[in-house]
Amino acid sequence: MFEGFDPVILARAQFAFTMSFHIIFPAFSIGLASYLAVLEALWLWTGRDVFLNLFNYWLKIFAIAFGMGVVSGIVMSYQFGTNWSAFSDKAGPIIGPLMAYEVLTAFFLEAGFLGVMLFGLERVGPRLHFFATLMVAIGTLFSAFWILSANSWMQTPTGYTINAAGQFVAADWWKVIFNPSFPYRLVHMVLAAYLTTAFVVGAVGAWHLLKDTRLPGPRVMFSMAMWMATLVAPLQILAGDQHGLNTLEHQPTKIMAMEGHFESHPHGAPLILFGIPSQAEGRVNYAIEIPKLGSLILKHDLNAPMAGLDTVPRENWPPVPVTFWSFRIMVGIGFLMLGLGLLSLFMRFRGKFYESRFLHIFALAMGPAGFIAVLAGWVTTETGRQPFTVFGLLRTSDSVSPLAAPAVASSLIAFAIVYFLVFAAGTIYLLRLMAVPPHHDEQGPAGNVPSRAAGITPAVGATASGRAS
Amino acid sequence: MIDIAVVWAFIIAFSVFVYVVMDGFDLGLGMLFPLFPKKEDRDVMMNSVAPVWDGNETWLVLGGGGLMAAFPLAYAVLMPALYTPMIVMLLGLVFRGVAFEFRWRTTRERNLWDIAFAGGSLMATLAQGVALGAILQGITVNGRHYGGGWWDWLTPFSVLTGLALMAGYGLLGATWLVLKTEGALRDRAYRLSWWLLFAMLAAIGLVSIATPFLDAEYARRWFAWPNIILTAPVPIAVAAITALLMRSLAAKQDYRPFFLSLALFALSYAGLGISMWPYIVPRSITIWQAASPDNSLHFMSYGVAVLVPIILGYTAWAYYVFRGKVRAGAGYH
Repeated sequence: MFEGFDPVILARAQFAFTMSFHIIFPAFSIGLASYLAVLEALWLWTGRDVFLNLFNYWLKIFAIAFGMGVVSGIVMSYQFGTNWSAFSDKAGPIIGPLMAYEVLTAFFLEAGFLGVMLFGLERVGPRLHFFATLMVAIGTLFSAFWILSANSWMQTPTGYTINAAGQFVAADWWKVIFNPSFPYRLVHMVLAAYLTTAFVVGAVGAWHLLKDTRLPGPRVMFSMAMWMATLVAPLQILAGDQHGLNTLEHQPTKIMAMEGHFESHPHGAPLILFGIPSQAEGRVNYAIEIPKLGSLILKHDLNAPMAGLDTVPRENWPPVPVTFWSFRIMVGIGFLMLGLGLLSLFMRFRGKFYESRFLHIFALAMGPAGFIAVLAGWVTTETGRQPFTVFGLLRTSDSVSPLAAPAVASSLIAFAIVYFLVFAAGTIYLLRLMAVPPHHDEQGPAGNVPSRAAGITPAVGATASGRAS
Repeated sequence: MIDIAVVWAFIIAFSVFVYVVMDGFDLGLGMLFPLFPKKEDRDVMMNSVAPVWDGNETWLVLGGGGLMAAFPLAYAVLMPALYTPMIVMLLGLVFRGVAFEFRWRTTRERNLWDIAFAGGSLMATLAQGVALGAILQGITVNGRHYGGGWWDWLTPFSVLTGLALMAGYGLLGATWLVLKTEGALRDRAYRLSWWLLFAMLAAIGLVSIATPFLDAEYARRWFAWPNIILTAPVPIAVAAITALLMRSLAAKQDYRPFFLSLALFALSYAGLGISMWPYIVPRSITIWQAASPDNSLHFMSYGVAVLVPIILGYTAWAYYVFRGKVRAGAGYH
């Protein structure tokens, strides 16, 4: 079985599958860790129980999501070697140290303080506990920093030389780490993680407000989430635009694929809204396009000439249909997020923020939007840089391990079965937790420890405890 | 002049050892789950590692990531050679990792996640042991790539090392329970420790006998004059530690057996190092051939020098926070 399959395609399918499952969890836990830090800070500062209840409520959800992120992440750290050994040998001297720094500065920090964050409030007291929460949140951001630096270097490699063994060697670590696309990708991804979390929190809040608009916890979380949507969605669109301009400069073929620009346009390129790109025919069929707008967006000039894929040898074309469509899904969701953010602002000023069923249903429907946008965005950037692993320098087909197709096919099937079972169960448990509103005296993961209220109330809490939560 | 490749060989060996020390007991504890059918016992067992397992497994990521960074050629040759054991290990770690959270979220399927926890721990342990045997018995190298097939790893010797590691992690798990629990649970763990100690000693003996037959170089390394002056203390120390361990088990000194078991591991590990040195892929690739360019190693050395002591510090703090016996009902969930 499987002898006829292309081992490169199988290895790519396995990486794409395991990576897509993995990225869902960090996208959520980066944002959620920061949100938890904010909630705990607000609790320490105001002493209001509602913040502690929300903190404990989301902490239980965080524990599950983080656990799934950890186990799916260990898989990733070994898959470079198992399936992309030629890449590991050649790019290891550069990518390896960046990932080693991720482990040293981020993974250990998260893992080291996670236990205290989840189970240690009673043992260490609120202030030290807040420190642990902060360390976990900072750890998730450090992790994003290093892994996005590594990914960005593969997209826009700078600061390297190539040695006699054909390995990439750093000539200037500063240029390796802060390669041209890194700052844009980092900002874009961290904002994406924050938005993803905000829309999940918002949807959970909306779900409970639909049933009872007076619940204090859902009111607070819904309001916080919608502020994030209102403020961060426009920022994200701006960041995405800047990221696109950077890509145009450094990876023009990716932009050509995203835009569906098979042909060059010497007198201003159109913006193709929709259409059916055909890789074989080299054109976009049934295209609905706005003349000159493509040049205006990408070059800020209606008549700027834009080169198309016809200037690039066919063997260097990325798969256009996937890149084209995933990009549109991401952008479409981005604008829907903006729409919800603006609507929520409007409802706030109208005083119907907590009552508008339409707003709540809209927010509920947008709950998974961040995940879909993150996946679509990564599909865009990763298929758009094909057929290279290190852009322009190392081809994907030269990166793969010398493994027979049956080996990779078997592991791919095993991953598919295990991931669907395990992560489906995890998702059900997450949804089950979210289906119940946070209540008064909400317990964290350390739930069945007999509570010693005096030990966990912050100093200000003593005076503020009478205040309504 | 310091040889940076040697330094990094020790750093990688150190992280793999810390991984074995830290994750060994929680994998072992997972494998012992079926022997403790009572829900209360399982809750206590799970809670004795719940706050720290994640940090423990991070050392595995450092071992893998560090190998890629410091010895990319070795990483590139070993991982495809060990393809199946690696995938099995990763899937095992998925099962047992999620079980930590999932089993508290359901009553109906709790048994299912207990099976996943035990089964996943067993898969991961067996795979790690098999991988170790596969490395020791030698790997076909073709240029800068792995040159063998995808079943080469499976031999009687690799199965033996797989079983040996199961016994070893099992002993660590049982002595950890002795350290962290009380009452009937602890008494049970004491009895298991005896059995697992005998199993581990048998495993050490068998692997030690089999290894010299794998390659004449291993035999020379251990038994030829004057090497034997350096190698003879290893088995002597194993005997001494075993005697101490038996005494502490007999005297029921709760905290000692765990640390003495770790000492047994350290000695076995040192023995392994003696056999392998200076190869990172035995008989084919030395640490110098596999090493990353100096500037990659130097760049990471700063990070390791500054960060590893800090990491060890806050890891120790986390263990300190959750010190002492875990009591039934006083769970963390």
